[in-house]
Amino acid sequence: MKENLYGLLAEFDSPTELVDAANAVREAGYTKTDAFSPFPIHEIDEALGIKRSILPVLIFFGGITGTLLGVSLQVFVHYIDYPLNVGGRPFLSWLSFVPPAYELTILLAGFTAVFGMLFLNGLPRPYHPVFNVPRFALATREKFFLLIESADPKYGYDDTRALLQRLDPQEVFDVPE
Amino acid sequence: MRDLKEIQLAMQPPMVEGDHDFGSVSDKIGDITLKKKTPFHWFIGFGIAFIVAQLLMMTVTTLLARGIGIWGNNQPVGWAFDIINFVWWIGIGHAGTLISAILLLLNQKWRTSINRFAEAMTLFAVACAAMFPLLHTGRPWLAAYWLFPYPNTMGIWPQFRSPLIWDVFAVSTYATISLLFWYVGLIPDLATLRDRAKNKYFKFLYGIFSWGWRGSARHWHRYEIAYLILAGISTPLVLSVHSIVSFDFSVSQVPGWHATFFPPYFVAGAIYAGFAMVLILCIPLRVWYGMKDFITDTHLIYMGKVMLATGLIVVYSYVMEAFFGWYSASQYEQFMIYNRIWTGPYWYMYWLLILCNGMSIQLLWFKRFRESPFWLFLISIVVSIGMWLERFVIIVTSLNRDFLPSSWAMYSPTMFDWSMFIGTIGFFFTLIYLFVRFLPIISIFEVRTLLPAANVHGHPSDFDESVLGVEYTYDRTDPPNK
Repeated sequence: MKENLYGLLAEFDSPTELVDAANAVREAGYTKTDAFSPFPIHEIDEALGIKRSILPVLIFFGGITGTLLGVSLQVFVHYIDYPLNVGGRPFLSWLSFVPPAYELTILLAGFTAVFGMLFLNGLPRPYHPVFNVPRFALATREKFFLLIESADPKYGYDDTRALLQRLDPQEVFDVPE
Repeated sequence: MRDLKEIQLAMQPPMVEGDHDFGSVSDKIGDITLKKKTPFHWFIGFGIAFIVAQLLMMTVTTLLARGIGIWGNNQPVGWAFDIINFVWWIGIGHAGTLISAILLLLNQKWRTSINRFAEAMTLFAVACAAMFPLLHTGRPWLAAYWLFPYPNTMGIWPQFRSPLIWDVFAVSTYATISLLFWYVGLIPDLATLRDRAKNKYFKFLYGIFSWGWRGSARHWHRYEIAYLILAGISTPLVLSVHSIVSFDFSVSQVPGWHATFFPPYFVAGAIYAGFAMVLILCIPLRVWYGMKDFITDTHLIYMGKVMLATGLIVVYSYVMEAFFGWYSASQYEQFMIYNRIWTGPYWYMYWLLILCNGMSIQLLWFKRFRESPFWLFLISIVVSIGMWLERFVIIVTSLNRDFLPSSWAMYSPTMFDWSMFIGTIGFFFTLIYLFVRFLPIISIFEVRTLLPAANVHGHPSDFDESVLGVEYTYDRTDPPNK
């Protein structure tokens, strides 16, 4: 039994092996797991039991905020604060308010998409325990990794290590805290 | 039996040529910035671009010291090079967003190896474009309250009923969203460079800018959602930007500008000019940096086809423009079109435009020209010139002879008009050269997904069988992919 481990990390050669291993680990009852790959693999979401993110909802509300901001800004300027008669046209000429409100919708939706994604991902985070494994540098290059955290209720050093070994990885690493 | 989509996929020409795996893709693209010695031609190219960019600095300094009187603008041609070049640059930028967003939504795999530098091109082109209206204000430091709704002690606001202020919102949103889109695409690749860099300063910098990306499945999940939604909102954005740019003209009363078909006309022209610039950039790039495995001949042919299609829309618009002038039954519109094409002082500009934009692309109907990088490069340069002439024709020939003959006047650009325009071209290429040197020019992680090994349940043999199955079923004699 080893102390002070963040978890165990298994290295695989192909996305297919990674997805198969993730399926096996989920079926064995582990929940605090994660996979690392050099490109997005859609099958892994199901294999790890990743729930659909709330991000699209946030982006929707970000966009709505932009619309409301754009409309209220222009109504305030041209109807409340400084009504200016231009050739007898109506003060509340809403048609001409559409383009700025539209652009602000897209602007705020875009900000929410990017910064919401980073926020939900917990980034920026320059340090993470998995970086302690030297081979992990290949996760952004060509190798695929499966992590089981020691915080998992089913985690036991020997059992978990044996389970990962059975999945035919290249190697299983201890991840120091 | 495989489903139709997979069969179609198998019958497409390969988007990555050569024998590559995940590692070799990362090396091939990443090493340009990390390992390889900076090639000699980079210093030559960067040097020339940087020297030319000094023309811009010189012009801007003179302009701020002496005012916009140094330009050739006059009455009635109050808008000239400043708006011609603005529209030209903005248009060039549009192909980048089209490639990165619209082709992503349409699931066009060939966008993957050209989207990164097309997006960079967008950013730099928008930066060049924004300089023109900003400096046309003469005192850009006051532009904060002229252009943006900045609450000031004078209690005045911008006029939101004017297309010019719509332009401010459209272009600044476009620049911001393009930057975000480009940067989000860069994050995983910067992490690749971080993990590969030997130089500790570069490692540190790439580490900072990759925000600690580690390729977690949960992160990828949200990343892909964000990326797809960004593409979804960029698509209407890019169409709206050039539509709004065209409103600058079409909302006015000037003959030759006051036309309802300007938005689609301008958008098609923008994509046309943009693809020409993408070709101008990527044809030398793929040779100099040995990227022919990723930017294949197929890519060039596809871009040539997009150029032909959008070019034909533009030619159709020229015909319609003349038709509307004649059919309007307004003597000013009719005069404008005769003046523009035949009797006016700038008639030769119009025919140069037709030669560059209308005639030259007809070559692309023929396989021989479409499949030759040399001809594509040449045609792209001609098209870029043609698109600049188009804006000149629209703007100057409409303004210089408007309603009252007593207010007619000729326009000719001064040295400072030219030095500013040429200076922005130098500035653009300076930024392109810096980008090529310090950032991955092709999206590494997206190219990895194109490799057959990236397919989870797929085995290459399945694909062969399914294609063979189709051949037997429909009794095809010609080999697939041809």
